[in-house]
Amino acid sequence: MALSTDDVKKLALLARLDISDLPVDHLAGQLESILDFVHQLSELDTEDVEPMTTALDVDNRWRRDEVLPSLDRQDVLANAPAADDECFRVPPVLG
Amino acid sequence: MSQYPFTTVIGLEVHVQLKTASKLFCGCSTEFGAPPNTHVCPLCLGLPGALPVINEKALELSALAGLALHCDLPPVTKWDRKQYFYPDLPKGYQTSQFDMPICADGFLEIEDPADANQTVRIGIIRAHLEEDAGKSMHDEVAGRADSRIDLNRCGTPLLEIVSEPDLRTAEQCVAFLTKLREMMVHLGVSDCEMQEGSLRVDANVNLHIDRNGEVIATPIVEIKNMNSFRNVAAALAYEVDRQYEEWETKGHTIKTHGKRTFGWDDGKQVTYPQREKEESADYRYFPCPDLLPVRLTEAQREKVRSMFTELPQQARERLQSQYDVTAYDADVIVSAGPEMLAYYDSVATACGDGKRASSWVQQDVMRSIKEQGISVDQFAISADQLAALIQCIIAGELANNRARDVFEHMLDKGVAMDQAMKDLGIEQVDDSEIESLVADLLSKNPRVVDDVKGGNAKAVGALIGQARKANPNANPQQVRELALKMIEQM
Repeated sequence: MALSTDDVKKLALLARLDISDLPVDHLAGQLESILDFVHQLSELDTEDVEPMTTALDVDNRWRRDEVLPSLDRQDVLANAPAADDECFRVPPVLG
Repeated sequence: MSQYPFTTVIGLEVHVQLKTASKLFCGCSTEFGAPPNTHVCPLCLGLPGALPVINEKALELSALAGLALHCDLPPVTKWDRKQYFYPDLPKGYQTSQFDMPICADGFLEIEDPADANQTVRIGIIRAHLEEDAGKSMHDEVAGRADSRIDLNRCGTPLLEIVSEPDLRTAEQCVAFLTKLREMMVHLGVSDCEMQEGSLRVDANVNLHIDRNGEVIATPIVEIKNMNSFRNVAAALAYEVDRQYEEWETKGHTIKTHGKRTFGWDDGKQVTYPQREKEESADYRYFPCPDLLPVRLTEAQREKVRSMFTELPQQARERLQSQYDVTAYDADVIVSAGPEMLAYYDSVATACGDGKRASSWVQQDVMRSIKEQGISVDQFAISADQLAALIQCIIAGELANNRARDVFEHMLDKGVAMDQAMKDLGIEQVDDSEIESLVADLLSKNPRVVDDVKGGNAKAVGALIGQARKANPNANPQQVRELALKMIEQM
């Protein structure tokens, strides 16, 4: 499976990874070998196999609609790089 | 302005916030208006190791909405991660449902605003559960360049209802939204308060222009930020003109331009481009490994069916046939919401007179709760108390005006009916007491007796004033009937 350098750059952007210092061709090659490895699965005939949604043999685990205590706001904001008394502060986001 | 005829094609995506006490995957409260970042836990923060657990009420309310929209409830539904990076989404993904939504393939029928006799069926592609993001506030006023983030809303359950592109006019969209909202509020699925963001609407719109038999589609635009039904109508009207002009002057079509996202500027009354729309693949959906698939059990399906009692239109019809009230009265009561309908049902059933109950509920109860700015659930006079009061009127023990005094007194002083009647000096007057009072009056008023015997039954009215003077709680009707009966026997 061939990946162009544009593909790699787009993936990096979507994942918010800064790869500007890295050789894109090299990354593309590594990604390709991972994809090729997974691609081996497509050799199997899965025509009549129901898609698997979980590897576990259980489902239907849920809880009742009950309110539990939240964290103290001080603790919520404790690890934030920037905050005021009430809110996280982040670089401007618009739209 | 337009030269060629065209069809407007609109599909709506409606997010309703489900009426649960806690969030979709954690126990934090969903209460609106709490101080910022006070309903936040490790899960809301996306801290490593925090794991989600599904809120069963969110499943039930979604299934209930699905039933109301004639949807299938597939045997299995599952959760997927929709990846994108935004400061109000600390996990870096939104837990949503991609290929196996909880509700699929339904419809909602509306009256066509252009022709009241015409019903239009609007397809519902799907309705899926997802979590809400937090809120970003842009602090430009304070002169600071950064944004403030409140994560209280993060993780609140949303049901996203996606219609087929079956809508053709802004008016149809408003009719669709009005009916959908009324249904969801009535069934207790959501409060649908646009001001509080518990109902949000996005519209996908484009035009199919007929240029001498050749149909040309304009690029699809998704409009966001429409925070009232009026804005939905205004934004769509504006966008239709804008797209036609864009095609006319720049030649943009669906083949030359991809889907874009526009916002609605309420102040300027224009739509404006926000960003190029991501392709679905850009979100890199994959099944959420932290959550198990859901198979609604037969017991849950049964429970949801039992919650699905009647729709607003059915309630209107029922009130008319069950209590013999007018279509107008039924509409006022049902439109006031499910709590008011339940209150009215209790009063009407308990007092046995639906018409009187309707007039008291509409005039006195609705006015009082409006004055007090409360909901009927918080109203001081219970349905049983009001029914008892109305029964006093039916039994002839209280005149309407006097009953209204009692009602006001109950509200003012916060007392029960018996106490209010005592405070106002209204006591049940003993029958024998009334009898001796009337006998006494008849002996003092021989002319009234003669007049009545002479065929003028109205003359008995002269006694009523005197009776009330002697005993203010003497019931006028009882005095009249008793006097006529005694004269007849004389």
